[in-house]
Amino acid sequence: MTPGASDDEDDEARADLSGEIRLPATLDSSGELPARAEIAIVGGGVMGLSIAYHLAHNDLTDVVVLERGYLAEGASGRNGGGVRQQWSTELTIRLMQDSVELCRRFAVDLGVNVWFRQGGYLFLARSAKEVARLEKNIALQNRCGVPTKMLEPRAAQEIVPELDLTGIVGASYNSTDGILFPWPFLWGYARQAAAYGVRIFTQTPVTALAREPGGGYTLDTPRGRIHARRVIDACGAWSPKLAEMIGVTIPTWPIRHEICSSEPLKPFLRPMVSELASGLYCSQSMRGEIVGGVTIPGHGSTYAMGSTLGFLATYARRLVKLMPVLGDIKILRQWAGPYDQSADGNPIVGAVPDHPDFFLACGFVGHGFMMAPIVGKLYGEWLTGGAPHEIFERYNLARFASGASAAHEQEDFNIG
Amino acid sequence: MARKIVLCRCEDVTLADLEHCVSRGYRDIEEVKRYTGFGTGPCQGKECLAPMATQLARLTGKTPAQIPPFTSRPPLAPTPIKLLANAPEAHRFEDDPT
Repeated sequence: MTPGASDDEDDEARADLSGEIRLPATLDSSGELPARAEIAIVGGGVMGLSIAYHLAHNDLTDVVVLERGYLAEGASGRNGGGVRQQWSTELTIRLMQDSVELCRRFAVDLGVNVWFRQGGYLFLARSAKEVARLEKNIALQNRCGVPTKMLEPRAAQEIVPELDLTGIVGASYNSTDGILFPWPFLWGYARQAAAYGVRIFTQTPVTALAREPGGGYTLDTPRGRIHARRVIDACGAWSPKLAEMIGVTIPTWPIRHEICSSEPLKPFLRPMVSELASGLYCSQSMRGEIVGGVTIPGHGSTYAMGSTLGFLATYARRLVKLMPVLGDIKILRQWAGPYDQSADGNPIVGAVPDHPDFFLACGFVGHGFMMAPIVGKLYGEWLTGGAPHEIFERYNLARFASGASAAHEQEDFNIG
Repeated sequence: MARKIVLCRCEDVTLADLEHCVSRGYRDIEEVKRYTGFGTGPCQGKECLAPMATQLARLTGKTPAQIPPFTSRPPLAPTPIKLLANAPEAHRFEDDPT
């Protein structure tokens, strides 16, 4: 037997035993839209697919997901894959602790390897003010059980020897934060949701949404009309556009963020590295690429997803300043995606006032990917008869209404 | 035979990989790119996009005109970070030298 033939047989055996669940035929955009569904989820990003999976996992399978493009076309396929518990509000910290646990179990629960790697997150401070901000957050994180530590610059360099410590005055480090590969994460949710009976339609934009007098909503698409008793708006930065079809105003706006990827390198960089001063972040993916971005102030509210030399130059300048050795590696590609920016930096979830059957999962300010596992799980429990988690009360749309308490909690750690 | 036909040299994507991908329901060329990794290496699709699209058209019963190319991404060629770091277009933060 030739080595080649042997390889082939091994490949066949792996394919047969993979247990991979075929995506439904409707994903090739030719299937019929059902006339009715209990729940229609608009948006086939990670948030919509996580909710769909968790609803079905709790035996509510009469669910349809409507995605206007292909899976992962929006921000879910454009982010850096970071999953962290270093946040500034107790609720978000606790939610992210649960999300990290769900990421750890993802390969077992969903049958897809998402290359989740807990290499930690290292935030670097260049001023006493930034150190104070990190220390305040670390105290809260520690109270929640997240083992974040404040490090002297030298200790940070022990974790990342390539760091140039000039100007660095301190760092926060949590070893249980991590990164994952975003695309298979969506496919894992999609495949398992489909296996439970959820119908997922790509290339199916919702062109009109209307409330029916007798209850429920009609959603029009180029593929036909569907009636759903309940609707979930999981359109990311495009969420306000769906809601405005029924006269609901969501106070979020899109902010374009750019990101880029390098040629692949031998693994050397364990944690995600980020500096507060510029919002620079970079990590090494399991493919070996350095994936990262930087926050350029003043990007206006736009859905434009073009790329700029200004971004690449800014990222390169800050990256070389922080890790001079990376100057010799090459950038292969850059792209952009929209953050769904909310006024207080916190998500907007739960039912809408006067629309008890219209639910939101938006306003995640560039961090919806890491929140999706737990938010989907909580939605799945609540909408199948469980008690609502406090997130649906604390982070609902009503908090922005005039007359509501103006002093709602601000998230100050939307970095990167 | 299909597993010996390489369509994307940078990422080692074979015709068999593409057939598997299509059989799993990933038929949009953007999904095929993400599922197989084709076009994400040093050539960024310059060599592999045409043969991949041709085979994808054959496997999905489409005409080549029905398969637009995936979104091309800058830079045009792999570019060293230190070269970019000196570009005058960079935004300057408070702690950057003027």
